[in-house]
Amino acid sequence: MLTLQIIETAYRATLEEQDDPVMWITHAMRGAGAELAVLLRGNAVSYAVAGQDCSGLQFGAWKQAQPPRLVADLSSLLAKGVEVLAVEDDLVERGIATASLTEGIQLVARAKLAEVLERFPRIWHW
Amino acid sequence: MTKPQPLTFVLMDAPFESDRTTTAFRLLEAALEQGHDVNVFAYEGAVALSFARQARHPNAVHGRNEADEAHPLAREWIAALLQKAETKSLKVDWVNCGLCVDERGVAETISGVRRGGPPDFWAMAERAANTLVIATR
Repeated sequence: MLTLQIIETAYRATLEEQDDPVMWITHAMRGAGAELAVLLRGNAVSYAVAGQDCSGLQFGAWKQAQPPRLVADLSSLLAKGVEVLAVEDDLVERGIATASLTEGIQLVARAKLAEVLERFPRIWHW
Repeated sequence: MTKPQPLTFVLMDAPFESDRTTTAFRLLEAALEQGHDVNVFAYEGAVALSFARQARHPNAVHGRNEADEAHPLAREWIAALLQKAETKSLKVDWVNCGLCVDERGVAETISGVRRGGPPDFWAMAERAANTLVIATR
């Protein structure tokens, strides 16, 4: 059953987990054959911004070797045939220019969300 | 030069649940870098930060084996801060709330972490220049 993953909580332990846990489980389920789409809303629209870099975390002698690569994780979802959408109003409210987004992400106006949601028989809101 | 006064921090979030944890560790690192002794009272879920059985794992989604994934573990972050303090002749007093530990079954901690309770937190706050509470939201 086609399922929409709405990701709203952003940067939740992403440095510790080296990814976003909802994107991770989306990848894992897609690998198992699940039909999925992703809608970024709220603070999670920031995941679509290309060029973000959170490398360099260090505590004492401990250095992070594999920082999260959220844009790459989104791009690889697209490459696996997962539709990725983002709420345009949430981008505008945060001053994020659409030109700064990674390619392939579809923008949807908040006023059109109901129409988009109608396409999905199952919706999980994270 | 006068040594900076100790700083006390209260942490409350469990590992792998919030980026507040990473921010808290960055503040601890900065405090040590500035020459402060540091007191940490780990409360509620934060007592699991020092749990000795935290383990790395491979990550098939990332396409990396256990070694290449190099998954962060909070117990290693604590150990790194303890080591940094030692090399700078500073002190990190890391105290876990004992009742919180018992509830969660995470009594097996890395060395350098001790068991305590609210009176320890109060004493830490009393001897510190300031106390920062980083609470669960």
